Amino acid sequence: MQALDLTAVQDYIDKHANTPLYVHVETTNGAYATHQDPTFHSAGMFFRNAEITYERGLITGNGPYRIGLKLAHGWLYGEGLTDYEFAGDQLLIAGHDIEGRLAIAFELSPTPFAQGAEEVE
Amino acid sequence: MAYNEQDHLLVIFPHPDDEAFSSAGTIIEHAENRGPVTYACLTLGEMGRNMGRPVFTNREQLATIRKRELIAASEKMKISDLQMWGLRDKTVEFEDEAMLAERIGQLITKTQPTRVISFYPGYAVHPDHEATARAVVRALRAIDESQRPEFLAVAFANNTRDELGEGTFIHDVSAYTDQKIEALQAHASQTGGLMKVISEDSNIRDLLVKERYYHYPL
Repeated sequence: MQALDLTAVQDYIDKHANTPLYVHVETTNGAYATHQDPTFHSAGMFFRNAEITYERGLITGNGPYRIGLKLAHGWLYGEGLTDYEFAGDQLLIAGHDIEGRLAIAFELSPTPFAQGAEEVE
Repeated sequence: MAYNEQDHLLVIFPHPDDEAFSSAGTIIEHAENRGPVTYACLTLGEMGRNMGRPVFTNREQLATIRKRELIAASEKMKISDLQMWGLRDKTVEFEDEAMLAERIGQLITKTQPTRVISFYPGYAVHPDHEATARAVVRALRAIDESQRPEFLAVAFANNTRDELGEGTFIHDVSAYTDQKIEALQAHASQTGGLMKVISEDSNIRDLLVKERYYHYPL
């Protein structure tokens, strides 16, 4: 991945407005956060291969960045974004902490993201 | 102990690297001296947070990277039969436990292991570990006691030593430390900076020379 480029990401967002997309969104503290520090409240979630259509979207901020996609009946929002990559026709955005560990993933794709060992090279 | 095709070790964990951290020495010792080893790895660990240090992969590539790492690590550990079940990382506890236990039971029937290694329910820390442990226990309990393989249970919750003691079976794997490090290093996306961790973490240093298993009442 590389440092997030607002222009490149915004361009992708604009091109895919009003078309159905699959999303993978996720936040994580890591599976061992509470094991390593019992006072740490670990919270996170992921949503893989939800189908969404947004009418407008914006990536913004001074870094780490925020993204908001305006849906017909609500919003999809993410913050703490630092890096991005295009993988074919997929847009992969991530937020890494100072040690390079994933804190948030925010990904868009016209086709479903891979599932299961058979689909993985 | 002489090599015997019938002396089969079955290892069941949910994430690539669970086997290397907990059991690489025991696995290599078995594969070299006793008999074949089957490893059923339930997920690809594709929801891991570590993307390499420095970062070299992303959420979508991680599955591919960890699959390759798992294959490489299994070769280092001389595992003859690696099975990747393709469940999704973090979701094992939400699968149907009875079906998972049945699948594990079928694998036990097929491989006829003398020993099974998996996690110890209640002391396995990660929800995927706990779910795997429960399903393994359920599968083992369904087998008649006279036919049941020995169960070596891995426990590493913070309260393990206080509540379960030092371990029922403590395998001295100091003869395999270098090979264990190689197996761990094969899981490169998860073990970047391993040498630094080894120098700083006495638990990891202990794991490189001793693999501790607990008796779990079936």
